[in-house]
Amino acid sequence: MAEASDLAGESLLELLAGFIVELRQAGLPVSLTENLDAMEAVQYIPLGDREAFKYALAATLVKNHSHWRAFETVFEVYFSLRGAEWSLDPDASDFVDPDEDQSQAPEGAGEGQQAQGGSGDSLTPEELAEMLYKSLMHGDQSMMRAMARQSVRRYAGMEPGRPVGGTYYLYRTMRNLNLEGMLERLMEQAQEDSPEPLTPLEERLERDEYENRIDSFKKEIESEIRRRLVADRGVEAMAKTLRKPLPEDIDFMHASRDEMVQLRKALQPLTRRLAIRLARKRKHGRKGALDFRNTVRHSLSYGGVPAEPKFKYPRPSKPEIFVIADISGSVAAFARFTLHLVYAISGQFSRVRSFVFIDGIDEVTRFFEGTDDILDAISRVNSEADVIWVDGHSDYGHAFEVFWERYGQDISSKTTVIILGDARNNYHASQNWVIKEIRNKARHVWWLNPEPKAYWDTGDSIVGEYATYCDGAFECRNLRQLERFVDNLV
Amino acid sequence: MTSQDPTNPSPFDAEPRFDSVEELRTALRNVDYLSDEGIAGIVYLADRLGKPILVEGPAGTGKTQLAKSVAEVLGARLIRLQCYEGLDESKALYEWNYKKQLLRIQATKSDTEGQNWDEIEDDIFSDEFLLERPLLEAIRATDPVVLLIDEVDRVEVETEALLLEILSDYQVSIPELGTITARQIPMVFLTSNNTRELSEALKRRCLYLHVDYPDMEREKEIVLTKVPGLTESLADQIARVVRSIRQLELKKAPSVSETIDWARTLVLLGVEQIDAETATGTVNILLKYQSDIQKVVKEFAAEQKSFSRGGILSPEA
Repeated sequence: MAEASDLAGESLLELLAGFIVELRQAGLPVSLTENLDAMEAVQYIPLGDREAFKYALAATLVKNHSHWRAFETVFEVYFSLRGAEWSLDPDASDFVDPDEDQSQAPEGAGEGQQAQGGSGDSLTPEELAEMLYKSLMHGDQSMMRAMARQSVRRYAGMEPGRPVGGTYYLYRTMRNLNLEGMLERLMEQAQEDSPEPLTPLEERLERDEYENRIDSFKKEIESEIRRRLVADRGVEAMAKTLRKPLPEDIDFMHASRDEMVQLRKALQPLTRRLAIRLARKRKHGRKGALDFRNTVRHSLSYGGVPAEPKFKYPRPSKPEIFVIADISGSVAAFARFTLHLVYAISGQFSRVRSFVFIDGIDEVTRFFEGTDDILDAISRVNSEADVIWVDGHSDYGHAFEVFWERYGQDISSKTTVIILGDARNNYHASQNWVIKEIRNKARHVWWLNPEPKAYWDTGDSIVGEYATYCDGAFECRNLRQLERFVDNLV
Repeated sequence: MTSQDPTNPSPFDAEPRFDSVEELRTALRNVDYLSDEGIAGIVYLADRLGKPILVEGPAGTGKTQLAKSVAEVLGARLIRLQCYEGLDESKALYEWNYKKQLLRIQATKSDTEGQNWDEIEDDIFSDEFLLERPLLEAIRATDPVVLLIDEVDRVEVETEALLLEILSDYQVSIPELGTITARQIPMVFLTSNNTRELSEALKRRCLYLHVDYPDMEREKEIVLTKVPGLTESLADQIARVVRSIRQLELKKAPSVSETIDWARTLVLLGVEQIDAETATGTVNILLKYQSDIQKVVKEFAAEQKSFSRGGILSPEA
């Protein structure tokens, strides 16, 4: 680092240190060695090259692809969005922003930066929309960026010091742009341009192309808004507001749709890991009991002294898993996740039976078998499973009772029972003797609760009553905790 | 940082292999590997920092090929260690040639009765009786080598520890012989399909490179370089169709190698324009699961309205 530490290097070091602190705050595990590596790595790249700078940092600091998004956000805030030109103060905008200039002359689209003209603010909204349409049509990146800047300036209504989040500005901008309509228009144009009517396949491809462009345009808008917010509020404050939980820390109960998709992606490797670990356990596990006959037979070569004890091979156990999941309203988001989990598990183990309940209970194994479409399976569970007994409010007691009656005899010493739910029983009878009975017959009974531990046994939650008879009750609010459970399980 | 230390032995001060990222990129292109700036940049950095690269990503995105291509660019020998469950020291690092040792002992016995045992012991634990396995081979090589540790996620966590010494210090300790230090720092690539989380210790010692499916432009270029006789417009269509397929939720998205196979097939069939019929007829080359195939066929034949994936355009999405 010594050579690089001229004046610019000094401030760069400081900036890097702040950057790494923020990464750690965001939850990324950055070790000291990695920190040093990053500092060394940036010596070898041209500092002016932002892309190179970015991958140099990424390669040394981010060792897990699911953390990439968090890294990118922090990087953007720290290194991309600096400079006076992002100031929100209108008086300060005497400088000439080349991109903005370009946006002011529709003819100048894509021809570099020589375009000039009057103020961009003089465009009517219709003209603006027309230009956006053109830039999307041609997929012109620099033009799209310019349009994004112009639209944010015009529609977002950003004022210095206003305490609202980026999503508010984003919403305002998007509402004014009507991108849905834009897509339809682009598609119509594509239809007209082609000599013969588009086949469904061609149409599909066209649409994907345009959707991609619109997506990237939306990203431009988001980063534009962020840029302006950073200028207004400063780097540290902005980084803090943008901080989002890493995929493994997302709370199941409050996951947004976007986050749900991330969760689902992360879930697949987890169950695969679970399966691998179980299989390995079988192979490398302890030897079985002493094989007396074999030992005696081998003792003959030692003159009858049983010098070499022989053991039986352990019988490979085929785990049988029963998953019993609460799908009532109070845990709706968790339940959706649960069903994904059940689906993923049933893909890995041959003998999985799944049950869902609210106040009644029903077996749903059949919905997950032989289907490859999880969404289809979930909608069938939601519509076809018979889980309502009286009023559709959770009644764990009754559900367990019925479970014991109907399926209790199927539980054997090979069965592992996993119960998922918050045990909010609406003050019904707990019937926890069922859990006790199950425990007596089954190999293990685990309880996974999506509520924070502090809320357990408050209000109508009676998880404690059940937990006494389980092998363990675990808080399971995010993937990290689920992972820990999986690690403990085997 | 340690490499700056002037007292450090020579391997760490070796000449860099590449002058610039651009040069590396062109060189890779010349051996038909189309890298993007990130890939080339990280390989370049790894060379400068003298660190191994951990390459992760979905199957069939050219992780192993990257190591092979870099070896080709450098004119280096590629030493490959394929990992599998149950891999151990004697398969990865070194092994004593037990049979030869026995022979040696017996030979000594018959020659000179009552030779000093210490002498024999020194003798049988010498270089002559050491069987090199890939890791040791890479360390001791005098010619340029590239070490590829393939699918490192397949070994058990405990076995991973075997790699640590070699990855951070480029040396191997053999109890009977002492420590063998590298004469040169080889380029090291580790690949992983991410079936399990690798240990922190391993990750810390490596630069991390995630290779994803290429974007449309790059995929088109890849197909064009790999498949002779392919027209530009067909390549464009292929790349677009594949991108659309990857956007669907599938069990296994088509990999780059499958795209190339598909392109070859289309060229062999003499297809010039992909229509729905050709696409559905040959899609089994891209996809390996029956359910995926059915899904794609259904999607491609469906009417326009049902395509809109919805959501991405609404402001709150």
